[in-house]
Amino acid sequence: MIYDPAPLAIFIFLGFVFGTVGLSFYLGRKAKSSEGYFAAHGQIPWAVNGVAFAGDYLSAASFLGICGMIAAYGYDGFLYSIGFLAGWIVALFVIAEPMKRLGKFTFADALDAKFNSRGIKGAAGISTLVVSVFYLIPQMVGAGSLIQPLLGLPHWVGVVMVGVVVIMIVVTAGMVSTTWVQFLKGSLLVIFSTVLVVMLLQKGLTTDTSSFETIGPLSEQDLQQKTIEGREVIPPTGGWISTAGEEQAFIRFVPKDGRAGYDIFHIDDIPGSDEKLLRQAQSVTGSGASKLIDGAPNGRESGERELQPIGHLSKLPGGETSTGPLGPISFFTTIGDSEVILWGNTTITNPEGPKTTVYYQKPTAGKRVLRPGEHPKFAGIRGESFGDRLNFLSLMLALFCGTASLPHILIRYYTVKDGAAARKSTIVGITTIGFFYVLTLYLGLGAMTSGALDLTDTNMSAPLLANSIRPWLFAVISAIAFTTVLGTVSGLILASSGAVAHDLLIGVMGIKLTGEAQVKVAKIAAVVVGGIAIILGVLFKELNVGYLVGWAFSVAASANLPALVMLLFWKKTTKEGIIASVLVGMVSSLGWILLSADTYKSVYGLDPNDAIAPFSQPGIITIPLAFITLIVFSLYYGNKQNESAAKASA
Amino acid sequence: MNTSDSPTPQRRFNTRLGLFLFLVYLTLYTGFVLINAFAADKMETIVLAGLNLAIVYGFGLIVFAIVLALVYGLMCRRDPAEDVATEEAAATAQGDSK
Repeated sequence: MIYDPAPLAIFIFLGFVFGTVGLSFYLGRKAKSSEGYFAAHGQIPWAVNGVAFAGDYLSAASFLGICGMIAAYGYDGFLYSIGFLAGWIVALFVIAEPMKRLGKFTFADALDAKFNSRGIKGAAGISTLVVSVFYLIPQMVGAGSLIQPLLGLPHWVGVVMVGVVVIMIVVTAGMVSTTWVQFLKGSLLVIFSTVLVVMLLQKGLTTDTSSFETIGPLSEQDLQQKTIEGREVIPPTGGWISTAGEEQAFIRFVPKDGRAGYDIFHIDDIPGSDEKLLRQAQSVTGSGASKLIDGAPNGRESGERELQPIGHLSKLPGGETSTGPLGPISFFTTIGDSEVILWGNTTITNPEGPKTTVYYQKPTAGKRVLRPGEHPKFAGIRGESFGDRLNFLSLMLALFCGTASLPHILIRYYTVKDGAAARKSTIVGITTIGFFYVLTLYLGLGAMTSGALDLTDTNMSAPLLANSIRPWLFAVISAIAFTTVLGTVSGLILASSGAVAHDLLIGVMGIKLTGEAQVKVAKIAAVVVGGIAIILGVLFKELNVGYLVGWAFSVAASANLPALVMLLFWKKTTKEGIIASVLVGMVSSLGWILLSADTYKSVYGLDPNDAIAPFSQPGIITIPLAFITLIVFSLYYGNKQNESAAKASA
Repeated sequence: MNTSDSPTPQRRFNTRLGLFLFLVYLTLYTGFVLINAFAADKMETIVLAGLNLAIVYGFGLIVFAIVLALVYGLMCRRDPAEDVATEEAAATAQGDSK
């Protein structure tokens, strides 16, 4: 699809950026001490901190990724919403108050509260850095892919812009400004998503049978003719020739009115009949500037073609064409009784020249998009393989355990004054985030039926849904999506800068620094980490956003959670146990991911069947492994200590 | 930090309450995940107001998380040790600024 730049979006976005940076400089005058920089003096009101939790947590993956996934495949994306929220239950009931009581600035503080061990500070500092960097990459990539369609600027410009703005926010006033940016972003995101859902329900659902052509029904013989219904068939060549034993899937026609390229149709079975139906498809050949759409150059001039927006209902219940306003429940029941057009794709390999991807319509019963198991990643729960089910369990476990182990979430507990305030702000956070996640199912299904989606970029579903309702809403939602990235990235960079300055330099290397020098070092660290994030964001621009977030959750859950939980609830935990558990959890989950089928396919470009790890999500193995490691090491070293103590007293 | 070694009765109550509510939620979440993993077809059953189990259970989990959080917030007891600690912290903070 070709996007029209939205000047209003640029205006709103710039207004937000200047507003927050200005606020940062203003607040920065007061935040000179290390307490101010790392923990906002512990004086953020709990209600503000609660909404800032939402701003911190609802990253590009939540807003763009989940909505896009639901828009493309239905209910499955909502499983992420459920898992992401359930993780907050662990944070509230188990982690929040002890975290606040034990620590001062960083996650390592809390782990190390009883032991004062360099090893713990080192292990926890490194795991904070690793998780933050993996979480940073998808955010930066997301920023780049947003700026491309919105402002018409190249991908790297978006990445650099976010990087620079965030570094400014973090460096000027640390946690104080970061918190207020996140508070603003969290409130805006929830308010405007609600507006969007209300307008969506007001608009109701309509059918669309005119955007794409349908020909037929046709018999087998009709399909063999040189012309079909007055259209001239292009004889199949190269990769378009169907291989022996396979039925021909596509048919291409010479365009009627002298347009460039070809008109392509998917040959679809009609259930309960031998006849076939031709449904219009779309094809993309190659990439970059030489990209061809339906065989013609990409563009809007004559002789060019562009991808048409997709996402519509082909049938409503009772043969209606428009429902009028719907309620929050009738929205689902109506979709359940309708027929939705989803899009599949398949690749045609041409002997010479680049590959062609053909996207074709898949009429799908509405009730199928309201149940789990349509998305390729989740289809395993309807299959036969036990490994696929384990993979699903593993993902849901990692989401459950991951939230309460994310470093940028954990440090937010230090910005309020006491345990009670930590508790109250978590409750506000859960309410805000939970409410937003309820909206994601409406937004996603709304986008699925909006007729405005981009075939090649599901991440744009939520902004495009807004565009189909009101153009100004598109500008607002896009600007918010962009600031979504700002909020999360600033939290992550702050967490990493704390890990470097407070845990690694002071804690491990034993460098003595005054409060102000510590802040200076942390600011330098923030600039360096920000720079690394910019570089990685440019390098990994092809990677799927949601994929890396899942990665960060698995590593966080395996490395941080077991140590934290055992420290709180098992008196025999020793420092050796904690160090071993953090390291084993981190290395095993990372290693597993690097050897998994998902990574083989999307990172190395290798055959996923060669992957060593039996399924993609490590959590179900590596989280228990980290627990066991902690217990074994603690018992072993605990006994040793008892023995030497006994010897000493004898 | 010394307060963590001798929890007050109020804090012990809060911790137990938290763990109890955590287990309640964990049970429901596990149920949801297991049905999805091993009996995905059950999720299509219409259970309430024309909605299927997937939507009702999924929304239910989100709403229930919010409800449990509010229940916890209302039932938690004030920790006197924490009040003292906070006052001390406030006092030192004031001392610093002078």
